[in-house]
Amino acid sequence: MTTTTARRDSPGHGLAVALVLLGGFVGTLARYGVSLLLPVTGGWPLGTLAVNLTGAFALAWLVTRFADDARLRLLLGTGVVSGYTTYSTLAVELERLLADGRAVTAVSYAVVSLVGGIGAAVLGHRLATRGER
Amino acid sequence: MTLALLIGLAGGVGSALRYLVDQAVVRLLADRDRGLPWATFVINVTGSFALGTITAAASTGALADDTRLVLGVGLCGGYTTFATAMVDTLRLGLGGRRGWVVVNLVGPLVCCAAAAALGWWVAA
Repeated sequence: MTTTTARRDSPGHGLAVALVLLGGFVGTLARYGVSLLLPVTGGWPLGTLAVNLTGAFALAWLVTRFADDARLRLLLGTGVVSGYTTYSTLAVELERLLADGRAVTAVSYAVVSLVGGIGAAVLGHRLATRGER
Repeated sequence: MTLALLIGLAGGVGSALRYLVDQAVVRLLADRDRGLPWATFVINVTGSFALGTITAAASTGALADDTRLVLGVGLCGGYTTFATAMVDTLRLGLGGRRGWVVVNLVGPLVCCAAAAALGWWVAA
């Protein structure tokens, strides 16, 4: 995260860590909940896909809309939304699909994650900038 | 219920660790990062390696399933971040570095999948 905000609203180091920790707790619980609701279907890890795409949208919206509120970005952005999404699960799921010889599913899952993820981020950013005007 | 709380707590710790590693990498590279999001890359590659070892250890029975959930879903899941990777990439695009968008989407994913495979190989 770039630190372009004014120094006055930047929280101290201890408070920053505490905000991220609290947010990460909430985000991780939400991700775990989604993974229970959306199990792997036909080899497709739908839970991971759902959290990653909605999270990419939410984070892009949040950092654009609240660009000048460092505390809110730490709690909700670096904490809740970043903790809600996961890259390691995506990586291991891809590796397992490839190891099981399911290359087509693996590549499709990778493409949908990346194209969907950046598309969701663009949408979130556009929605937030439109609200500013 | 207790398991869910432990997963959440581990996720909070993982997220705080991500924040600290992010700050450390940014400080370490200072102006030598060429405007590329190295911190997110380092976080996601190391976290993918760790989750590879944890998942492999659980598959062989060396690690109990509850422990796998706390360390894997909690710690590694909270530590790594897909959303920040996408927002980093969006910023490259908004900054006029269109060519880097594709590189920053595909490159880290290939490296993270390779790191996960290495982790699996080490622990299996």
